Amino acid sequence: MDILNAVLVLGALGLVLGLLLALASKYLSVQQDERIELITQALPAANCGGCGYPGCGALAVAIVENKAAVNACPVGGAACAEKIAEIMGLEKGAVEEKVAMVLCAGVKSAAKNKFEYDGVEDCTAASLLAGGERACLYGCIGLGSCERKCVFDAIKVVDGVAVVDHEKCTACGVCVATCPKDIIKLIPKDKAYTVACSSKDKGSVMKNICTVGCIACRLCEKVCPTEAITVEDNLASIDYEKCINCGQCEQKCPKKIIHVKAELLNISNFERNGCQIKDKVV
Amino acid sequence: MFKHLLVLAITTIFVENVVLVRFLGICPFLGVSKNTGTAVGMGMAVTFVITISSVMTWLVSNYVLDPLGLEYLRTLSFILIIAGLVQLVEMFTQKSIPSLYNALGIYLPLITTNCVVLGVALLNVQNDHTFEEALVYGISSGLSFTLAIFLFAGVREKLEASDVPQFLKGFPIALITAGLIAIAFLGFAGLQL
Repeated sequence: MDILNAVLVLGALGLVLGLLLALASKYLSVQQDERIELITQALPAANCGGCGYPGCGALAVAIVENKAAVNACPVGGAACAEKIAEIMGLEKGAVEEKVAMVLCAGVKSAAKNKFEYDGVEDCTAASLLAGGERACLYGCIGLGSCERKCVFDAIKVVDGVAVVDHEKCTACGVCVATCPKDIIKLIPKDKAYTVACSSKDKGSVMKNICTVGCIACRLCEKVCPTEAITVEDNLASIDYEKCINCGQCEQKCPKKIIHVKAELLNISNFERNGCQIKDKVV
Repeated sequence: MFKHLLVLAITTIFVENVVLVRFLGICPFLGVSKNTGTAVGMGMAVTFVITISSVMTWLVSNYVLDPLGLEYLRTLSFILIIAGLVQLVEMFTQKSIPSLYNALGIYLPLITTNCVVLGVALLNVQNDHTFEEALVYGISSGLSFTLAIFLFAGVREKLEASDVPQFLKGFPIALITAGLIAIAFLGFAGLQL
């Protein structure tokens, strides 16, 4: 009997409160942007937090408020981004697909060490100790903090330098945020060339500590037909708005640090041939 | 009667301040005390929830649970009532004060598990409060929470601009400040009422 009472009392209490809330939700409902609901449905509903927001609902709100990009969801990938772009009224293909690149090529044989690090296997910890064991203050530390953070298994440390697998990379940006040296950048997927160096040291310094460092010779800047590549603070950088994948900088670079993405080699050859200034190609 | 209720209110607000003397509701006290505006908003939301919930729980406890001998259901049914009320407050603020809704963020639904609210409801029963006492106790507990969080937020706003040693910046100095304010409130313990 007691049990029945208890069940009844709690049940009645729940019912009364439920009715009250149902009424309240009718009179106090807030007109929400309907796109929020649509985008929430388009998202994978994994609530993994990979985008940096607390769950898919919060990301949907951020997208509608233009605080997040339509391709902010690292899990849904391109298909999901396209759906959301459609909901947001953006044109198809307006979503620029990106991919992470490690802007350092200082493998163990190329970049000198200034001391031997024998501490915690973590890039942030190592970088706190005189900037890490590498003589170059800007280079990859190679202890794999990014590798451990990547949920897609897309970044690996090979011979002391992190390398991104572009097939697996979803441009979620976790490695970009993790890297204490800030040398991982998201670049457009359809652009073939990157400057694989982040050093702002002078050429004379660079020559002595790394064989694959930018020496700021400005040859790439001079050869670029669209002024897309510029040297600032002793470092060449590419403006991807202007870059046309012609590849002349890659050929000119005396240090061979302008890299071409392997999987885009064919595309870039095609584009290189189709490009108007092909006569200039040496 | 009136004098008795006044004494109860003053005791609750100053002498037995829920946050600074009883140490209830520390989570929102530290969480949303970065600026005074939000802090007062949070205080008002908590005051509303405590007042209504302490009345409701008193009624449920005295007219439903006690006669049926279901005292053991107290905590459970109190939580149910509080959760329902918090939902109501959440809907209300989202509708009428969206800026406050956004500022409070996650702390608003967390009032549900705020121990001030449940604590006041349970203390009402424990101290055999009458209906009027429960009502006054609820309001003044809410006000005492508001007072504490408002004072604390004021100090924290000043702290933002002051030269705090690097290792104490942010949360550590906030905790020390909270402790100092609590000590200051101990001064009220000598109040003869």
